[in-house]
Amino acid sequence: MIAGHLSGSSWLHRAPARLKLVLLAGLTLGLFFVRGPLPLVAGVIGALLVYAALGRPAVARLKLFRPLLPILIVIGLLQGVADGWAAAVTAVARLALMVLLADLVTMTTPMLDMMDAIAPLLAPLRVFGLDTRRISLAFALVIRFVPMLLDDWRRREEAWRARTGRRPTLRLIAPWIADLLRLADRVADSLDARGFRRH
Amino acid sequence: METRELVRISLFAALIAALGLVPRFDLPIAAGVPITAQTLGVMLAGVLLGARLGALSVLLFLFVVACGAPLLAGGRGGVGVFAGPTAGYLVGWIFGAFVAGWAMRALPLRSAFASALIASLLGGVAVVYLFGVPWLAWVAGLDLSRALLAGAAFIPGDALKAIGAAFVAEAYFRTAPRPASSRG
Repeated sequence: MIAGHLSGSSWLHRAPARLKLVLLAGLTLGLFFVRGPLPLVAGVIGALLVYAALGRPAVARLKLFRPLLPILIVIGLLQGVADGWAAAVTAVARLALMVLLADLVTMTTPMLDMMDAIAPLLAPLRVFGLDTRRISLAFALVIRFVPMLLDDWRRREEAWRARTGRRPTLRLIAPWIADLLRLADRVADSLDARGFRRH
Repeated sequence: METRELVRISLFAALIAALGLVPRFDLPIAAGVPITAQTLGVMLAGVLLGARLGALSVLLFLFVVACGAPLLAGGRGGVGVFAGPTAGYLVGWIFGAFVAGWAMRALPLRSAFASALIASLLGGVAVVYLFGVPWLAWVAGLDLSRALLAGAAFIPGDALKAIGAAFVAEAYFRTAPRPASSRG
């Protein structure tokens, strides 16, 4: 299963999800009041030590930082040129620390707990007719649809390659989406046929 | 909400995820320019599903990501993506899909390609940067012009994706009836 969660039983795993999220939000906001690079760099090192304490799989997760590197480097360079290198280190270390801390919460919280903790934020969606139960169903559908869509795409891609010998183009997407929407309607009909909708 | 609408927003949320995970595409007009297609999915959600359902599908996608599914292009996920320097762009996606959907219906153009192109540029690029740049400026302590500069490298790619979205939308509307939800 695709998941950001690492199973384990550390103190971070045992802490309730909502508490972790509230602490994370507080810490993240607090970081903006920290001036100077030293405390922030110390924070980054501290966070990395927590990763190390969580074990090898946690450390391996650090490679997910790669997509962030270009933007962090650009930010560092822009800051360095504008306000000097101390400001650059401060900004980059603060951002890195924010993400490191947040990823700690993600790694130590199972998806269901996270759902329960975040779902109250989506309560206003009731005005669109999306109550908690519908959101849960939609969530499950997304998780189920993703691998299905990827399989379906791969089939189309292979067929395309076999016929053209080239990389797939965007032309393949339109009929894919048309077929997917028909599939969605069939899924909806089966749900209703099984009494999902209240009459 | 109708069950059909609910399943459609789920499908498009999954589509945005899938487009971020599949290998790169070639653009029909500029073969050889590879793009990753996650923002393409956001534009298409607005253009094909309409404002309300498009925005809801992006929101649902981001909710699934926040809960820990590593579905952002590059394999990131979890609450950390909303703490990172690019969180503003992600929040901008919700409003971007809404504006794209709104523009797609409001534009008095006959050509689906032109409408979808303008809608995607407006919603999928302009609105997204409207959220992304100030957030980046604030979180990185840059002034606005420098923050725009930091994101500028992505603008050509995003403009290409808007063209891609227009291609897909035109082809889609040629072969398939407009989904009922985008009429309402």
